[in-house]
Amino acid sequence: MKYHINIGLEVHVELLTQSKLFCGCSTKFGAPPNTHTCPVCLGLPGVLPVINKKAVEYTLITALALNSQINKNCRFARKNYYYPDLPKNYQISQYNEPLAKGGWIQIKVNGVTKKIGIERIHLEEDAGKLIHGTEVQNLQDKDWSFVDYNRAGIPLMEIVSRPELASPDEAYEYLVTLRKILRYLRVSDCNMEEGSLRCDANISISSEKGKMGVKTELKNMNSFKELREGLWEEVRRQSELLDRGEKVVQETRLWDSRAKKTYLMRGKEEAHDYRYFPEPDLPPLSIDDNWIEKLSASLPELPQQRFERFLKQYRLPEYDATVLTDSRDLADYFEECVKLFPKPKLVSNWIMGDFMRLLKQEKLASIKISPSGIADLLTEVEKGTLSIPMAKEVMEEMFRTGKGVTQIIEEKGMKQISDEESLEKMAQEVLRENPKAVKDFQKGKYQAVKFLVGQLMRKTKGKANPQLANRVIEKKLKEYK
Amino acid sequence: MDNIYELSAHEICKLIRRKEVSVEEVITSQFNRIEKVEEKIKAFLSLYKEEALDEARQWDKKISQGKKIPPLCGVPIAIKDVICIKDKLTTCASRILQNFRPPYSATVIDKIKNAGCIIIGKTNMDEFAMGSSTENSAFQITYNPWNRETIPGGSSGGSAAAVAGREVPIALGSDTGGSIRQPAALCGVVGLKPTYGRVSRYGLVAFASSLDQIGPLTRDVTDCALLLKIISGKDKMDSTSVNYPVPDYLEYLIPDLKGVKLGLPREYFVEGIEKEVREKVMQATKVMEDLGAEIEETSLPHTEYAIATYYLIATAEASSNLARYDGVGYGYRSKEKLDMIGMYKKTRREGFGDEVKRRIMLGTYVLSKGYYENYYGKAQRVRTLIREDFEKAFKKFDALITPTSPTVAFKIGEKIDNPLQMYLSDIFTISANLAGIPGISIPCGLGRNGLPVGLQILGKPFDEKTILRIAYAYEQNTEWRKMRPEI
Repeated sequence: MKYHINIGLEVHVELLTQSKLFCGCSTKFGAPPNTHTCPVCLGLPGVLPVINKKAVEYTLITALALNSQINKNCRFARKNYYYPDLPKNYQISQYNEPLAKGGWIQIKVNGVTKKIGIERIHLEEDAGKLIHGTEVQNLQDKDWSFVDYNRAGIPLMEIVSRPELASPDEAYEYLVTLRKILRYLRVSDCNMEEGSLRCDANISISSEKGKMGVKTELKNMNSFKELREGLWEEVRRQSELLDRGEKVVQETRLWDSRAKKTYLMRGKEEAHDYRYFPEPDLPPLSIDDNWIEKLSASLPELPQQRFERFLKQYRLPEYDATVLTDSRDLADYFEECVKLFPKPKLVSNWIMGDFMRLLKQEKLASIKISPSGIADLLTEVEKGTLSIPMAKEVMEEMFRTGKGVTQIIEEKGMKQISDEESLEKMAQEVLRENPKAVKDFQKGKYQAVKFLVGQLMRKTKGKANPQLANRVIEKKLKEYK
Repeated sequence: MDNIYELSAHEICKLIRRKEVSVEEVITSQFNRIEKVEEKIKAFLSLYKEEALDEARQWDKKISQGKKIPPLCGVPIAIKDVICIKDKLTTCASRILQNFRPPYSATVIDKIKNAGCIIIGKTNMDEFAMGSSTENSAFQITYNPWNRETIPGGSSGGSAAAVAGREVPIALGSDTGGSIRQPAALCGVVGLKPTYGRVSRYGLVAFASSLDQIGPLTRDVTDCALLLKIISGKDKMDSTSVNYPVPDYLEYLIPDLKGVKLGLPREYFVEGIEKEVREKVMQATKVMEDLGAEIEETSLPHTEYAIATYYLIATAEASSNLARYDGVGYGYRSKEKLDMIGMYKKTRREGFGDEVKRRIMLGTYVLSKGYYENYYGKAQRVRTLIREDFEKAFKKFDALITPTSPTVAFKIGEKIDNPLQMYLSDIFTISANLAGIPGISIPCGLGRNGLPVGLQILGKPFDEKTILRIAYAYEQNTEWRKMRPEI
């Protein structure tokens, strides 16, 4: 690649507050249109905004986690533009006095660690949603559009990176890392499908390192994959222009995921003049040191720190630590298990294996199997009560029913036969029933042992402890006259 | 009693408590008066006769049962049509809201209702409170009860005229640059703009958010103090309202001015002010001196920039505040079936009047890229200087005395085609809004053509009690409070 790439991301996430940013309406997703609205979020004449403290708190927590500097006297500003999903035709946002400035996120791409600078973090209200006539069934006149204001006023946090991402892959990794952090902080569920995470990109290329080219803004990437694809396509388009000796024009472009192309949305001269000015309905927000200190103290361990600790404290391979720290809930779950069954690698194997496979369909918070259930299960395996395949079956049952290990073993009569005396009796029978195999053994064909052990397992319906079965067969063969 | 409508609110309260009149009699008397003179004044956009009488009878029932009644029980009140009352038309005298009924009430409405007031109707105003003559109403012109050829002032002209015409004893108005005080002056009544943050703005349809305040219009200072106490206080629905104790203003109403230091800012007695206005105000200061006040000339050096500053800040905020009237969710929408932009344009073209459009355009311009710093930014800095002028003056003085308006009521149509001339009628009231300080206008005599002259008293932030005290002392020692238009 002969060009240097500079990408900056503007990430919007909906915060997980119970109520909207400036009124008491619910933020729950998926309610019937316009049921989560009130005079304030509908922007009726005469209403005034009242700031949601929790939303400010979530933004502060994020700022602390991203090493940003909190602006102790920040302000809201009005961003003025006309669109039917915006009830007041201005959005209460922040302009030159955001809640936090600066900071960085550490990402790792192809084994190389890199710090990506954060420009700013601010808080704003979301807009509603337009539903166009063409999307509505049984509508005669398809020219009409409808507005659902349920989303209007939901708190949005905007995190703007510096243009320091040097490839679409770095941009992808940045977004993944940021999402992981935000989920750890429990400030957003960062669900791109439900729109609780949205991402626009600025991208420019340049043949000289350290020099910025003309940037384009890229919108409408609806998944992590599309972000990477869209950016690569834009790199390709811009490279071709420069190759041909043409210039990149500053403009906003839309990604079309079907055509895998970017299209012009609006040129620089059509860019909005948002006529920002300080929001007169809200006094400046002053954030006192006590609050910041309290939030700092309650900040959870972040994914990177936790990953490193897992390597050290539990001596896990990097792969295991990466998987286990992918979400805060999973890491918590793992640690709970290890507390009760202190063999980290064994626990890790079980969690990363069947547990994760079973988890696919469910949320960790709502599953029926508890860490102590896992610990009980592994204890039984260790004692030899359960074979590995048995344990897997039990785990599935625990997932499904929430029953305890002992109960399942009893109900299914699954106890492994580890009682030597009764096994010996059965081994004796096996030898008697298979004289040919015994003869083979006596001729020196060791293979026959395997066959006889298999026969013993069959006789016990697989419940025999495999090592024990082996030993008993060998012993009986030697004694066999 | 057939002249109850002549009484002030505190007198009505007294009679009701003594059971000398029933609430129903009060309301009936008021509506009889309205039926007689409203045709000539045209102060109201809505009247709620049946409802008001129903409420009156309910109070009477409670009174007869010996139940406890609230402080302003049975007092009729009129509300400027810029304040939301649940399910009642709230038009802001604009076509764009001509059918708008808010699903909620302003905080002040809840407060006056809890205090026992009976809302009898909503009053005319300049569209969206933009104007100084009430001629910018989309629906009707209101006439000054003193002389039907003249305007009542504005933008709370309907409220001022209704109080002056004894259609109602007290009313609420809103004041962004003088919209309570100037019409009060021109109609010969008392009008007070509280400190910014003293009264909740929740439910007041915004014109310029950093300047708007709701306040009382009454026929005497006592009523003004009574009503102010009811509507004041921190409201959790308005983040700009301030948690500062609300005193019982009545306790401060004493009829002398011993030890009170008053300043006369020389910038308020300049060219362009009518001779009679100056004379009346100067005579008033003599009265105050006789009552024990110390009076001295002073200076507010940045006064000359107030109007320019105001018309940058107020229009900028208005351009954004009025953006919501777009025909999408409520209010007027053009009947033509157009695309989105077409609907916006046509709706706003048909829905807004000229003055509102003028201010929206001006405000949009001053916030635009490349102009913001030179206009809005600079205006904010000058605003700070104006505020500092007052802070300095208030280190020395308890209050400042000025005329409320440079002229008495002018003729209908006289300034409607000359916006700059119209803007100048607020020259003495605007600074108080920019500085956020309280101001009261009280009658101080008759000027040119026998029309009322208003005296303005400006006070320190949250020191409404002092300006009320000064106003009261002056009022009690002069005869102007008995002045009534002949209507």
